[in-house]
Amino acid sequence: MKTPKFLLPVATAGILALTLSACGGGGGGGGTQAGGGDAAAGLDGRGPITYVQGKDNSNVVRPLVAKWNAAHPNEKVTFKEQTDQADQQHDDIVQHFQAKDAGYDVVDVDVVWTAEFAAKGWLQPLKDKMAIDTSAMLKPTVDSGTYKGTLYAAPQTSDGALLYYRKDLVPTPPKTWDEMMSMCSIAKKNNIGCYAGQFSKYEGLTVNASEAINSAGGSVLDKDGKPSLNTPEAKAGLENLAKAYADGNIPKEGITFQEELSRQAFQSGKLLFLRNWPYVYNLATTEGSSAVKDKLGIAPIPGATGAGASSLGGHNLAVSVYSKNKATALDFLKFMTSEESEKFYATQGSLAPVLGSLYTDKDLVAKLPYLPVLKTSIENAVPRPVTPFYPAVTKAIQENAYSAIKGEKPVDTALSDMQKSIESAGAGS
Amino acid sequence: MATEVGPTPVKAPASGGTPIHHGPKGVGEDNQILSQGKWASWLLAPTIIALGIVIVYPIISAIVMSFQKDAGLDPATGLFTAGGPAGVQNYVNWIAQQCAAPAGGTVACPPGTLGAQFWSATATTFFFTVVTVAFETVLGFWMAMIMARTFKGRSLVRAAVLVPWAIPTAVTAKLWFFIFAFEGIANQLFNTTILWTGSEWPAKWAVIIADVWKTTPFMALLILAGLQMIPAEVYEAAKVDGASAWQRFRMITLPLVKPALMVAILFRTLDALRMFDLPYILTGGANNTTTLSILVINQIRQGFNSAAALSTITFIIIFLVAFIFVRFLGANVVEQSGATGKGKK
Repeated sequence: MKTPKFLLPVATAGILALTLSACGGGGGGGGTQAGGGDAAAGLDGRGPITYVQGKDNSNVVRPLVAKWNAAHPNEKVTFKEQTDQADQQHDDIVQHFQAKDAGYDVVDVDVVWTAEFAAKGWLQPLKDKMAIDTSAMLKPTVDSGTYKGTLYAAPQTSDGALLYYRKDLVPTPPKTWDEMMSMCSIAKKNNIGCYAGQFSKYEGLTVNASEAINSAGGSVLDKDGKPSLNTPEAKAGLENLAKAYADGNIPKEGITFQEELSRQAFQSGKLLFLRNWPYVYNLATTEGSSAVKDKLGIAPIPGATGAGASSLGGHNLAVSVYSKNKATALDFLKFMTSEESEKFYATQGSLAPVLGSLYTDKDLVAKLPYLPVLKTSIENAVPRPVTPFYPAVTKAIQENAYSAIKGEKPVDTALSDMQKSIESAGAGS
Repeated sequence: MATEVGPTPVKAPASGGTPIHHGPKGVGEDNQILSQGKWASWLLAPTIIALGIVIVYPIISAIVMSFQKDAGLDPATGLFTAGGPAGVQNYVNWIAQQCAAPAGGTVACPPGTLGAQFWSATATTFFFTVVTVAFETVLGFWMAMIMARTFKGRSLVRAAVLVPWAIPTAVTAKLWFFIFAFEGIANQLFNTTILWTGSEWPAKWAVIIADVWKTTPFMALLILAGLQMIPAEVYEAAKVDGASAWQRFRMITLPLVKPALMVAILFRTLDALRMFDLPYILTGGANNTTTLSILVINQIRQGFNSAAALSTITFIIIFLVAFIFVRFLGANVVEQSGATGKGKK
């Protein structure tokens, strides 16, 4: 039997469509139409709500939700747990908001998504009736939840960079970048690498490159959200990294490092200085295989003249504009950011609190000795560029900073390409 | 996949051996065929409707989206506003590598935008496809020839060969990520200090090696299915006629295995053209290992409509390749039963 010739393309297309449908999955959301929901609706609504967050790995959320539910039998919170992949969490929230899903009342948003979601009109502005008190919170964390002068998300947990150093080789930690570079001779003498951060081409590079630029006094975006990379300060910042890599002060494998690889290198004693997040502290001091157990020092990351400007990590809590029970949602949001809850994040999950007072709390410091240093880091921190075009901005930074550090492109060209790319992203299409 | 491929060698000769029902049509048979056709269309309807919902609808909606502008930002409120109709602008932007200019209109995409990567991603995709499929075909053929022989523990070997194919690609990619780390096994083993994921050619080869490792078994099994359809008598006759091993391979094995081989190559080519997870996890698309699929996924986060245009372009490219295969190279997916029947006549 012969299949008619004209059916061939149809059949081919069918097979193709089957193979392709796997790729198309993410785009099914449809054309994003802005406008969002009604921010004035449901403000007094009370009743059961849903809280959405990524995987609760260290069992922090469940006890808190249970505690809330015991006290509020008529306004119970259901905890919806997402995967532990940030990208998937992001896409999940986007899909639900696009569908105007009233079932996502309170969502946990990564600091870098806040502006995007706010600009889409999905987040309830936290003002007037919905206002929260942010006076006790560290300012950079509040900035990370603010878009165009309005607070859209309440800071929940934070994160800042620390400089880990070998206190057996370096008696006093460097305060400035130049000082740190001058100490690299010590590393050479001991035949180990000097400095590493995360310079592989991924989100971590955005964190490290913006840190370098901010620490040198520059900035990626100005106050109006426009790129401001054609400045001597920004140039000095990126040049610090490029020069360190060219000199070998950043070992050549440094451009393949993500958090874990850089931690392993430091922990096995192959690095003098490491820029990383606080999670390294516990592992490096307790893991059996750690070669730096008793030789570990921590300090704020170095800047041009003093402590550098860390990039800010962490999560914020936001109320959906589509929620029908915003009064309950607001109460829950206040409960989740209360001092008691913040303390619980720190003790149970080693998550950095957003309340300044907790960083000197005796019990907490006894458990997490790095807290005082981390406070300096977060106080000096600059949120990663707050822009609704963050996905494009981070790609522009990664692409060009990577070329500049590897020496494939002069720092000037890299910065002007970065500038133009970000301008183009903001211009819409 | 293991369960799907496994039975093929057994099934294929059986279907090839069934007598062919379709003799020349008589006049009386026409009515019968007509009513059969109606009956068949009823039976097929649920499948066609299901396919329509899950395949045709998303594709059409993607194509519709691709003619819309992405949302822009209203500078006064800071909120996104709908983009409106774009015509073919999204397509033009990708192909001509044009990006929005701050002053309005378009400029050549500056390095660092996704738009600037379109042609390099296309080239990378084709490079990966050609190289990996070539390696996989040769190695797969070799493995299939070995597996086709009768020896002790043959089924064990066949099962073992499938292991790389059975591991999810994301896991494979993470595995190779650690193998190719600077302090990883690859460098330790060969006593080298190559930055596998840190420079262009090593990164490309890292992707190729991992892909070949993973998908050669798939090739091998498809080819093995083809090899087992060749009757042993043909070889015996050739031997009696004094044909050398090389002649037997070139004159008997190759032509007879060609239908199965072409289908295998077609499948692998289509698969390789939409390669995503391996380079995405192994290198993050750095050092010129960004494929078209990675570009699509990255673009989805920056604007759906433009991403829809790009995925439509990708679709067309893959469609053309598939068409060339089917039309000119005789990869016969549709008429396979007919072709094997012909061979039997």
